[in-house]
Amino acid sequence: MSLLEVRDLNVWFDLPRGGRLHAVQGVGFTLEPGHRMGLVGESGCGKTTTVLALMGLLPPSALVSGEVLIDGRSVLVDGEQSAQLYRWKDIAMVFQGAMNALNPVKTVEAQILEPMAFHGIAEGAEAKRTAGELLELVGIPADAGSRYPHEFSGGMRQRAALAMALSCGPKVLLADEPTTALDVMVQAQILELLQRLTEELGLALVLVTHDLPVVAQVCEQAAVMYAGEIVETGSMDAIFHAPRHPYTRLLFAATPDLDGEEEVVSIPGAPPRLDHAIVGCPFRPRCDRAFGRCAEERPVLRAIDAGQSAACHLNDEPVGAEP
Amino acid sequence: MNHAITDGGPPLLEVEDLVVRYPVRRGLMGSLTRQPRRAVRAVEGVSFSLRRGEMLALVGESGCGKTTTALAAIRMLDPGSGSIRLEGQEITRLSQRALRPLRRRMQMIYQDPYESLDPRFRVRTAIEEPIAIHGVASSRTDRDRRVMEALARADLTPPELYADRYPHELSGGQRQRVAIAASLVLNPELLLADEPVSMLDVSVRAGLLTLLDRLRRTESMGVLMITHDLSTAAHFADRIAVMYLGRIVEHGPAREVVHDPKHPYTRALLSVVPKRDPRRSTTPQILRGETPDPIDIPPGCRFHPRCPIAEARCRTIDPELRGVAGAATGHDAACLLL
Repeated sequence: MSLLEVRDLNVWFDLPRGGRLHAVQGVGFTLEPGHRMGLVGESGCGKTTTVLALMGLLPPSALVSGEVLIDGRSVLVDGEQSAQLYRWKDIAMVFQGAMNALNPVKTVEAQILEPMAFHGIAEGAEAKRTAGELLELVGIPADAGSRYPHEFSGGMRQRAALAMALSCGPKVLLADEPTTALDVMVQAQILELLQRLTEELGLALVLVTHDLPVVAQVCEQAAVMYAGEIVETGSMDAIFHAPRHPYTRLLFAATPDLDGEEEVVSIPGAPPRLDHAIVGCPFRPRCDRAFGRCAEERPVLRAIDAGQSAACHLNDEPVGAEP
Repeated sequence: MNHAITDGGPPLLEVEDLVVRYPVRRGLMGSLTRQPRRAVRAVEGVSFSLRRGEMLALVGESGCGKTTTALAAIRMLDPGSGSIRLEGQEITRLSQRALRPLRRRMQMIYQDPYESLDPRFRVRTAIEEPIAIHGVASSRTDRDRRVMEALARADLTPPELYADRYPHELSGGQRQRVAIAASLVLNPELLLADEPVSMLDVSVRAGLLTLLDRLRRTESMGVLMITHDLSTAAHFADRIAVMYLGRIVEHGPAREVVHDPKHPYTRALLSVVPKRDPRRSTTPQILRGETPDPIDIPPGCRFHPRCPIAEARCRTIDPELRGVAGAATGHDAACLLL
């Protein structure tokens, strides 16, 4: 039994003018304690919707199906109401702009105490001591808890948001673009902290980012999302050195690298709209290797090598036709 | 790798010993008690030059002064002291009125194409505006021709397809191309690009950067690019200037700076840039704390409080940017220990 197991997760949004948008399409993965997985892809591919669904934080216009199991217990059975019992306690999240995630009129300490009180973890002096310890854990002096978020720098706020997320001792941590707004040196500090916390606390980390090099540095595993579904998943090493989906290969080719000598090339076109059914492979219009079958039949994610899966018809072709 | 056009004439842009300060308000009590006036020392003695056909990347963390430097260089901000020359012409103290005819030659591309374009204006109108302001079109037909030409130069082809659209009908990448077209329509010689792709999706960034790269090569524009992304700078710029607390601490050919960094700050900065290939990831040399406040710049070398190799003399002597022994010509660093 895995620590986190997501099975056939689907999210639809009812559109104001009628119709439905299928934002997340049959996403599934498992994660073990202390493991880190990157969820990557362009904007609008369903990364953030996936993690918000895991947190039970989607708006009421969303329709969710599928199963999310933490330690074998289903946390999404009754939508919002059942998610509330697990949110922060078993599964917690940090967001992109920490300034938006923190309440500007409450002290940092008060915001760490809030989820602890809600879940009856600790109160009074004991809770305050725990809050101080949490702040120290993320690299903030304990007495800085009496300050307000605006008194903190961007990096400090993200640390405070981490302390808040860890307040109820979660097993799974979701981080949505946690370093996107930060400078590269501060980003390095936060990434190092995330790595240390997963190791020391045995957390399972899902890191959502559009930045492949960040995933390469922090995570062992990655799942590449396109048009609401996972199109490739495997070890970071495998998907960089031997990608089995053209989208993965092109995404790497579009990312400049400090050491890279090869030309950096954009992926032509844009992801498809998700408010109507897609026939064939969703990536076909942008793919440089598409062939006849891609227009007719939608490829499904299937295992190729140990730990590596991809949703591409090229993997069924004779050897030598790798994507 | 890249060759700037060296015509022997003066550089397109020459900045010497630029200083920019922002005064900090003292408040009533401060004035009454005669506290000394304080200033944010945003840029403190920055020099560089840019030739036609060349791309220079100013890199550094937020607050290092890279945007202030670039804005002052095109006189969007008033410099405190120093000298700025556009093709040899001194523009440091020119009045706004005297600058007007020169504005056409220096154009700027902003970070966020969602904010830089007016949502009520069609693409055509956005691109016509600079033509109208500078009165460069002789007739309506001429103006239309210029708009279509600018769209095509920004790779929005066929231009007819884009001219009558509104920004909300375009993707982020297309909007940024419209912003580029609006600056190209005046045929500028100097393009200032402030984080031109950081708001855009990874998949379209390369296309925009390749466009800027092509413009400077084929239209021999000088491009001054501000970026916090060293990988982008390494790929597209001829030269890189690394800034820290209002100073250039290292400056040289892009490849040299990236593969053989000299200044301890540049070394640390490069070491923390994540790499695509997990096998090539190295131990990052993480600097603790954050960049000091530019109101209180440390004495001596401004980097010494965070420097991993600082010695006693670094606390008192402010190092100059100068050639590094053993490095290529034109590769300078400001460190006493080199």
